[in-house]
Amino acid sequence: MLRFIIKRGIALVIILFCVITLTFFLIHLMPGGPFDRERKLPANIEKQLLIKYKLDGPLLGQYFNYLGDLFHGDLRLSTKYRNRSVNEILAQSLPVSGILGGIAFCIAAAGGVFLGALAAAKQHTWIDRTAMLGALFAISLPPFVIGPLLVLIFAIDLQILPVGGWGSLEGLILPSMTLAAPYTAYIARLTRASMLEVLTQDYIRTARAKGLSEETVIYKHALRVAILPVISFLGPLAANLLTGSIVVENIFSIPGAGGFFVNSVLNRDGFLLAGVVIVYCALLVFFNLVVDILYGFLDRRITLYD
Amino acid sequence: MTDRRSPWLKLTRNPPAVLSAIILVSMTLGALLGPALAPVGAGEVTRNSFLPPSSLHLFGTDLNGRDLFYRVLLGARISLLVGIAGALTSFIVGIIYGMIAGYIGGQIDSAMMRLVDVLYSIPRLIFLLVLISALDPLLRLQMERDGLQEFVGYSKIILLILSLGLTEWLTMARIIRGQVLGLKSQQFVLAARSIGQSHMNIIFQHLFPNLAGVALVYLTLTVPAVILDESFLSFLGVGIQAPLASWGLLLSDAAQVINPIKGYWWLLVFPAAAMSVTLVALNFLGDGLRDAFDPRQRK
Repeated sequence: MLRFIIKRGIALVIILFCVITLTFFLIHLMPGGPFDRERKLPANIEKQLLIKYKLDGPLLGQYFNYLGDLFHGDLRLSTKYRNRSVNEILAQSLPVSGILGGIAFCIAAAGGVFLGALAAAKQHTWIDRTAMLGALFAISLPPFVIGPLLVLIFAIDLQILPVGGWGSLEGLILPSMTLAAPYTAYIARLTRASMLEVLTQDYIRTARAKGLSEETVIYKHALRVAILPVISFLGPLAANLLTGSIVVENIFSIPGAGGFFVNSVLNRDGFLLAGVVIVYCALLVFFNLVVDILYGFLDRRITLYD
Repeated sequence: MTDRRSPWLKLTRNPPAVLSAIILVSMTLGALLGPALAPVGAGEVTRNSFLPPSSLHLFGTDLNGRDLFYRVLLGARISLLVGIAGALTSFIVGIIYGMIAGYIGGQIDSAMMRLVDVLYSIPRLIFLLVLISALDPLLRLQMERDGLQEFVGYSKIILLILSLGLTEWLTMARIIRGQVLGLKSQQFVLAARSIGQSHMNIIFQHLFPNLAGVALVYLTLTVPAVILDESFLSFLGVGIQAPLASWGLLLSDAAQVINPIKGYWWLLVFPAAAMSVTLVALNFLGDGLRDAFDPRQRK
């Protein structure tokens, strides 16, 4: 177990290193400097600015300097939001995205497994058909269709939930539902398929033969095995929620990291952009390690020592 | 008893899939012919902003007075083009990667699949956002230098197709590898090998025909995924740009001018409906194909 964790830990560092390098040089490829305005800055002022933001000197030197700063946990200054550090901006906006993503994560995982198990247990009934039809629609529709549709129904027509914004608990319901919808549907389909396969196995017949109730068979015996594909989807789920969150924050005007990310791409705000990408990837890679270890505990048939 | 009817026959007995196919064919025809059939100047900027739907403008007009019906068809053309071409690119990459991993097997297989796992857990759209906004100006410049002026306007489309195609192949690779692993231990492969056929021959003559059905299924399911990705990027402002149109861009334009007081509902409803109908139909058709060609994978 320890060997497995160390091995994955090393892989984690290598992946992060690749991400940082790739991001750094991609940003350098972007045309237009961060200080390009309609009026050209005087040469000496521009030089001062470049020095202040550590954008002077040869590229390779800049790269190693940046690696050094990252190593000390310094994500540097934003070139757009003058005099604010990337650390500061992320400290404010990341928790907002985190809460939204976390709630959506719980909805997708719990709701998806429940609906999928229910559909499999009631295969060929109207419950199964309705759930799977709903899932197909939820997978097909983009968030900028689902979001406004939910707003139209719950905020404008029924007037029971706010239209957007941040700060209240009710305000979180529509965005997190919009964000979670396609993944809830995907997990429901995954669970249903895996459940149907598990239900044909011998140990389920044994459980039924010894007279256990249908609920116990399905939710206690079958679900424990059927849930494994869902566990291995949790890593990709987190990655998808991060990206989806950018769009959802945009629709509901939520002040999360997603908005800063999109603006940093449009403004050529290099260090903010690199900061968001690196922090996102670090979180995800770490999360995947946790999921891998969790998987090993849940499925004793799999050894982690390969 | 296994159902030995032809998969195509099975498909025709599946009404939702047939209906989806009809919808998709008419949407494609509309996308191909529509902009040409529209009255001259339908896509031009005019002063008639925000006209509600009428017999003259079936879907109304947008902020710049352009006919929305024309814009939706133009959007269909580009969204479908990016979706299909992107899916084909991912199809080629995925099938080659999956076949190599599955056929060679062993350590190389597990290393290749581990890479797929890693790539799965990276937020690739975030990278694509950065990649496309970095490469688009460079590609434009290169095209101008090489005397390809008439293609400069399409550099975004080319980049979108390539970058989405080259990152959307992971699921395809996994599925194909699984299939190859199952097939290569079967008798007919053993027979081919025992009479001394080359690996290339075995892969292309024996394995490939058996994979085609499953590959077709996932090709159909990749198209809506790529269309969704493209709409994400266009919605956030790094994808297709005016005067071209894609469904994501139209919806993003709508989101900017619409609010509860100014109910320009047609700007949202028509592009959303066109996009949703297409995506739902593609997924229905893909599911139908899967049930017909690959009953074991049924979800």
